[in-house]
Amino acid sequence: MDRFLDYILKTLVALTLIYVTLPSVVVVITAFGDKALMMFPPDAWSTRWFVRAIQYEDFRLGIVNGLIITSWTTWIAVVIGTCSAFAIERFSFPGKSILEAILASPLVIPHFTMGVGFLILASGLSLSRSYGVAIACHVVLVLPFVMRSVYVSLKNIDPALERAAASLGARPMTVFLRINLPLLAPGVAGGALMAAILSFNEFTATLFVTGQNTQTLPVAMYTYIREYADPTMAALSAMMIAATTLFLIVVNRWLGLEKILAIDSSHHR
Amino acid sequence: MSSVQPGSAAVQVERVSRRFGATLALDQVSIDIMPGEFLTLLGPSGCGKTTLLNVIAGFVEPDSGEISLSGKRITHAPPYLREIGMVFQNYALFPHMTVSENIAFGLKMRGIVGAEASTRVKQALEMVRLPGVADRRPRQLSGGQQQRIALARALVINPRLILLDEPFSAIDKNLRAEMQVELKQIQKQVGVTTVFVTHDQSEALSLSDRIAVMSGGSIQQLARPSDLYRDPVNSFVASFIGDVNRLPCSILENPPSPGAFFWNGQVFSIRAERIRHRGGSPVLFVRPDALRLVEANDPASNLGAVTVKGHVYQGTHVDVLIEGGGESIRVREPFEALTNWPIGAHAGLHADFDQCLIFGA
Repeated sequence: MDRFLDYILKTLVALTLIYVTLPSVVVVITAFGDKALMMFPPDAWSTRWFVRAIQYEDFRLGIVNGLIITSWTTWIAVVIGTCSAFAIERFSFPGKSILEAILASPLVIPHFTMGVGFLILASGLSLSRSYGVAIACHVVLVLPFVMRSVYVSLKNIDPALERAAASLGARPMTVFLRINLPLLAPGVAGGALMAAILSFNEFTATLFVTGQNTQTLPVAMYTYIREYADPTMAALSAMMIAATTLFLIVVNRWLGLEKILAIDSSHHR
Repeated sequence: MSSVQPGSAAVQVERVSRRFGATLALDQVSIDIMPGEFLTLLGPSGCGKTTLLNVIAGFVEPDSGEISLSGKRITHAPPYLREIGMVFQNYALFPHMTVSENIAFGLKMRGIVGAEASTRVKQALEMVRLPGVADRRPRQLSGGQQQRIALARALVINPRLILLDEPFSAIDKNLRAEMQVELKQIQKQVGVTTVFVTHDQSEALSLSDRIAVMSGGSIQQLARPSDLYRDPVNSFVASFIGDVNRLPCSILENPPSPGAFFWNGQVFSIRAERIRHRGGSPVLFVRPDALRLVEANDPASNLGAVTVKGHVYQGTHVDVLIEGGGESIRVREPFEALTNWPIGAHAGLHADFDQCLIFGA
């Protein structure tokens, strides 16, 4: 019986892994096809679609735009998210629960609604579809994730540490900079990582708030696939998979992913 | 209460009150703490001892009253300007700093860095007898070691006062006694005025110069440990400090001699000063060590005949459980009582009435 269960469990794990990785595998294989039509499995092989993906101007622009929007979004969301999480956790003030609800609302409001809202707002204020509007929209979308990450780290900090620092002569700003901030660093880094990934990949809302010159990679990819059916998209996706994997390996080596994603919090009390 | 000239006390707490919602955590509390004194705030949880400590530290503002340190009003001063060292229940060492960085933190806040700081950190580590751990992280240390580092960190800034918030509660029992002796030695050596908070009466009795027993947000009694045990002012203090037998009795209206009371069908006399009954039904408070078992026909048997019901062996002594006058009574005897007074034996009971007290209950 136990062996039977063991067998079932192993099969289940194997199926899950296959299920999760299969789309990526199919995309990567398709990218190497030679025909100007996505086909699986390809009947002839080539790497020309990789060359095209790299040379296609809209994708290059999309990556640059994406990096600009993502880096601004991440910084702004981290600063606002950390301060709000700190305020909500440590102080009580009128309207605290309303603030909490508003900051968490992007989790339940569809990104489509957010995008349209920002579009209407921007045209109402006669702002062009500039980086500013896209960044503002992305900040709102990623804020709940940053806050949550910081909030969890903050919960793990013993308030007695702040009191101990104060009794030793540290003013509130010093306590924040020397005690809270270093202890929050893993949470802040985790929030930043989450914000960067979400912002870079965001599509639904971004479609509404970016124009021809500010469109990000997912939007450029959407525009491309509406016009062409060749494996360029697949090649681009394969490169993105590779890049993301490399990025996560580096982050893991340097900082330890389980620490950032707060999987292992045993070092806190 | 002590009679101290204003200004000579290290810490003066004057009529401090603090309310949290519907609970009055501190109710007009006043204490004068002498320079170099080891004063303990003792009481059950919720008695206000921690609130009082936090008021002195500056973490909680009193609703009314004043706090002075070395004659200077600090009631509304922020904690970081008070020059008060504090040791917390869970030590509160900074986990992202090494032991020496932890100890140097308070020095750095005072602009003391470089050679002077490292000398003082080194001296502090030697004082708590942990010279080898400077570069370790707090989580690499045992509970007892962390506690000593917390003490070193609080003392290195030469505070005018040190506050200890149940510092031994997280340490295991065997180590606790050793740590207590050490704390007391360091405190005497440094000569720093100390306020210690605990709910553990034996800890309070063994460490303190004076103890303030608290209950319901006010100080019930402030006295030396021996006075507290021998001469409690009310039934709360009598019950909270040490073991005590409570025997309901009645006080005679027209006493044959001053201070007579009636218990178990007999009339006894006690010094009038020992009757501290103000309202409520009178209860005779008698400690197990103020009682002695004697032969039933012994003239010393002044509380009548009793029967042995059981023994609680305590190592150095034995508590004999007896029944007399319908009450279950605990008598502290040398361990020979195990054989001399077996279960079922009839005995006489002798009480030292000078150690008994009558309170209302």
